Amino acid sequence: MMMMRWLRSKSYNTPSPFGKVVTYLALGFWAFLILFPLYWLIVTSLKIPSQVAEGPFYLPFVDFKPSLDAWKYILAGDLSNDTLRTYRNTAIVAPVSALLALILGSTASYALVRFEYRPRIGAILTFMGCVALGIAAIYFGVPWQVAVAAAIAVFFILLLTIGRRFKRALGNDDIAFWMISQRMLPPIAVVIPIYILFQRLHLLDTYTALIITYVTSNLPIVVWLMRDYISTIPIELEECAAIDGASRFRIFWSIVLPLAVPGLVATFLFVLVFTWNEYLLALFLSSANSQTLPLVIAAQNATRGPQWWNMSVLILIMIIPVIVIAIVLERYITRGILIGAVKG
Amino acid sequence: MSVKHELNAGAYDPAQIGLGHVPSLDEMDPESQEQGPSRIHTVMATAERFAGPIFLLPAVLALLFLSVFPLLASLYVSLARFKIAPGGFTLTFVGLDNYKKLFFGTEQTHFLGAFAPLTPAMWFVFGSLVVGLAMFLARYLWNARVSVGGLIGRLVLVLGLGTLAWIFARSLWSGGRLGTLTTTIVYVFVGIFFQYIIGLGLAMLTVQNIPGRRFFRVVFLLPMMITPVGVAYMFRMLTDTSKGPFTPIWQAMGLTDFSWVNNAWGARTAILIADIWQWTPFMFVVLLAALESQPTEPMEAATVDGANQWQIFRHIVWPGILPVSMTLILIRLIEAFKIIDLPNVMTNGGPGTATQSLTYHAFINWRALEVGGSAAVAYMLLFLVTFFSLIFVNLIRQQTLEKL
Repeated sequence: MMMMRWLRSKSYNTPSPFGKVVTYLALGFWAFLILFPLYWLIVTSLKIPSQVAEGPFYLPFVDFKPSLDAWKYILAGDLSNDTLRTYRNTAIVAPVSALLALILGSTASYALVRFEYRPRIGAILTFMGCVALGIAAIYFGVPWQVAVAAAIAVFFILLLTIGRRFKRALGNDDIAFWMISQRMLPPIAVVIPIYILFQRLHLLDTYTALIITYVTSNLPIVVWLMRDYISTIPIELEECAAIDGASRFRIFWSIVLPLAVPGLVATFLFVLVFTWNEYLLALFLSSANSQTLPLVIAAQNATRGPQWWNMSVLILIMIIPVIVIAIVLERYITRGILIGAVKG
Repeated sequence: MSVKHELNAGAYDPAQIGLGHVPSLDEMDPESQEQGPSRIHTVMATAERFAGPIFLLPAVLALLFLSVFPLLASLYVSLARFKIAPGGFTLTFVGLDNYKKLFFGTEQTHFLGAFAPLTPAMWFVFGSLVVGLAMFLARYLWNARVSVGGLIGRLVLVLGLGTLAWIFARSLWSGGRLGTLTTTIVYVFVGIFFQYIIGLGLAMLTVQNIPGRRFFRVVFLLPMMITPVGVAYMFRMLTDTSKGPFTPIWQAMGLTDFSWVNNAWGARTAILIADIWQWTPFMFVVLLAALESQPTEPMEAATVDGANQWQIFRHIVWPGILPVSMTLILIRLIEAFKIIDLPNVMTNGGPGTATQSLTYHAFINWRALEVGGSAAVAYMLLFLVTFFSLIFVNLIRQQTLEKL
């Protein structure tokens, strides 16, 4: 019957004509929900203050006369120096931190999936004790180099004596949980200690401070996301390579990484987005030289009220590079890399 | 976590696997045999032995560098009182004072909410929950091998959930008011629920082989890429009842005088909508990558055998994406508890304190120079998140153990 033709699909992955209609309706609806606020941003960026205050105007040239005032102000006028400098800073700090976090995190997550760690509780407790001692020493005025050296020395001595006595050990899952627990404390509580730390190291207002902070705060996410992707790679592939004599590093580099590319790309996109848009830590750790874009956006909230038009322009120019990178990288989140890898 | 696959060196002894003696690369090359193993071989062999630490240590050291000091410092601050003094500031140790203030003192209605007497309906709901928790505990004591750690863990779980249920029951209905603790929990769980469902639906629709799916994939990524402060200002523009784009709709419904800003649940709903709009792409991308890496043979075979879409989903696709989903929800759970930009920008904390989240509570304390109280709230958030994460992680572990 004619009805059945509408419901039959060509293959398991291509929907029937009826399914296609439903799919496009749903996808189109959600796409509209996403694009309409962005359209509103574009429209607002083309308005002058009085046009914003008088009520909603939807279509340029039809409802209101668009003007490039806000764009000129941001890109060519008074704010352009700030904008270009912060743009350059963000464009350097974000991808570098994302890449570093990806490298450190994917090696760590491979290790957590394939190797077995058993950190002994005795060792961990001695470590924490020595850290506390070191910090107390710094608090009481000992210069930090001496305190750190002394704490490390005491740690090793205690490790070889007392640490050995307690055999009970934790496992891989506990290490992973410790990593993700680093993200649980809200940044507001750690901002001032981190500020003090970098102040002591004379690294305030530099790229280094921001990159270090972003790498360490996003490392747990990389580890957790990559853990699942790596565990879907069949271990038989690695076993074959090991039988053929490949070392662990070779296996990781030549087999695991290429197969984990969809996960790597998705994770890289996330970390890039997180570091690109990060506000609170950048607010404290940078002032003039290494200021990043989100700070400029928040600064548009002047005493006269939020400068919606300037803000819209800034938000739009912030998204554009990220969208471009996402478009370029989207093709790598594709199916089919593992087909045929393991027969039988 | 799936069964741990171990790549120990010993397992690849060809003799053990039954292949007999497989000549190594060294043996096959007679020249190298004469000189003995070369320098590069010994270096590589040593590196191979230490591969475990080499892979993991850089990440661990990086984390340790920036995690220890702030954690301990803010713990100390939460146990102290901060005062501005000539030349800087002073921190005087006051013990659990800040925490007592949160739970029993002046900050109680801010933190926990205003309590109202329980209605009979709420007594019923709360009572059945208590019974459920008691049965859970009893089943553990009866059937399983009881260990000290397990017992303590379950007691903490039962007490924690019971207390939260008590707070919710008394502040949610009939004159009570939600505090920052309960508001944050509402934001997290309602938000994640919708984000996951919508994200999964979108991922399953876009994984299909339809023309134009690349366009949809890129478009669906967009909301996550806008800086959170930007999203907050954007939604403030959108929800403006006099100047925003939906004004004609508000006017048609007769709502121009009603400002959602002045209604507690209206404000919370607005923040929830913005939160869901912004973070669904996160779920979408990860689930899409997971669906893409599912092997296709089982699905094709199932179609040949006559299974319909729902059966394929339930028995083949769902178990495959379950591990990734659990990780995803855990990560998003931890992030969602820290929500700050949306309440801050959209409603400034809402009518009164209605839309304040825990981080916002810490923020305003900090702004008022109540730094000790701010650190105390932050630590309560840490305990709360740890509590829920541990529940969730153990749930994951149980799920994967059951599947084996």
